[in-house]
Amino acid sequence: MSFAQAIGDWHALAVLFVAGVISNQIWRMLGLWFGGGIDEGSELLVWVRAVATAILAGVIAQIVVQPPGALATVPDVLRYGAVAAGLVVFLLTRRSIFAGVVTGEVFMLAGKWWLG
Amino acid sequence: MALPPLDSPQWQSPWRAFAWGLRSITQTILTIVLFVTYLGIGALAHDTHFSLLWTLCSTLFVWAGPAQIILITTLGSGATLIQSAIAVTVSAIRLFPMVVSVLPLMRTPTTKRRELIFAAHLTAVTLWVECHRFLPQVPRERRIAFVHGLGCGLVSVCLVANTVGYFLAANLTQTLGAAILLLTPLSFLFSTARNSREVADVVALVLGIVLYPLAAMMNSGLDILVRGVLAGTIAYGVHWWREVRA
Repeated sequence: MSFAQAIGDWHALAVLFVAGVISNQIWRMLGLWFGGGIDEGSELLVWVRAVATAILAGVIAQIVVQPPGALATVPDVLRYGAVAAGLVVFLLTRRSIFAGVVTGEVFMLAGKWWLG
Repeated sequence: MALPPLDSPQWQSPWRAFAWGLRSITQTILTIVLFVTYLGIGALAHDTHFSLLWTLCSTLFVWAGPAQIILITTLGSGATLIQSAIAVTVSAIRLFPMVVSVLPLMRTPTTKRRELIFAAHLTAVTLWVECHRFLPQVPRERRIAFVHGLGCGLVSVCLVANTVGYFLAANLTQTLGAAILLLTPLSFLFSTARNSREVADVVALVLGIVLYPLAAMMNSGLDILVRGVLAGTIAYGVHWWREVRA
């Protein structure tokens, strides 16, 4: 990788600041300015959290269903199987993130090896 | 490693407090979870054709895992700047109550708002959890310095993880590269599931996942925001219905 490749183009960095940094940071700064007087259990916040969770879930699904780069070389059944196996172990181990991730990874790697 | 007692002379210097914060990253399993998560983000950014500098800047200036993978995935699949910005900002709203609840832990009667700006920037779910755990053991007037140390430590770990993940994705065999990429959906799925305490969160998580292939199959072109609002609103409806019945 050359130095220029590591830097990338300035347009992408500008997009990062507008779409990523400002849109994210604004909520932290609002929290700093208008701290206090917010009810964690308020109905609006329950809805907002549900929408945010659903958006993140959609992105997770997108990475598994239409994977980028190297992950696209893994057959569908192995990707879905890895997530399913990880989920089962995650639930069985009383929600251990570590156990779930390791299981998913081992499933995929073992499957890849087995399929050749 | 145990933190010194509250009345220890160790706490007299803010720099010492910063150093104790920095060292505290070795006291939590969440540091490893963050490392793995940011390893995956580095690999994801590489395979979605973002530069290393871009990836590191996103960690440094966004400093919120969900926002970062939403940004990378949406921009990488051709969403407009506005669509990505809205998706990121919706995911970031949860930072507002987090900042609101964590800053009072560090505030003293003489603390000025600008002294808290950096601590507010560092606030994300991991720091929020760790603040509630560590800060009761830190004298109030040294808490900001301690949090700066803790936050800088966590950010550094993630910058290293990003760089390692980026280079692994560039140089590993396809199978191992795929394994690193798979870390992102797995770690985010399970950490979100772990944080979903209310019914609304669980329903939103499941529906949000199911709607993606459904929308893709029907070729409906429902974009990420519409799907998010739809799934989130249904989840909220379930929550509301249960409240009414209760």
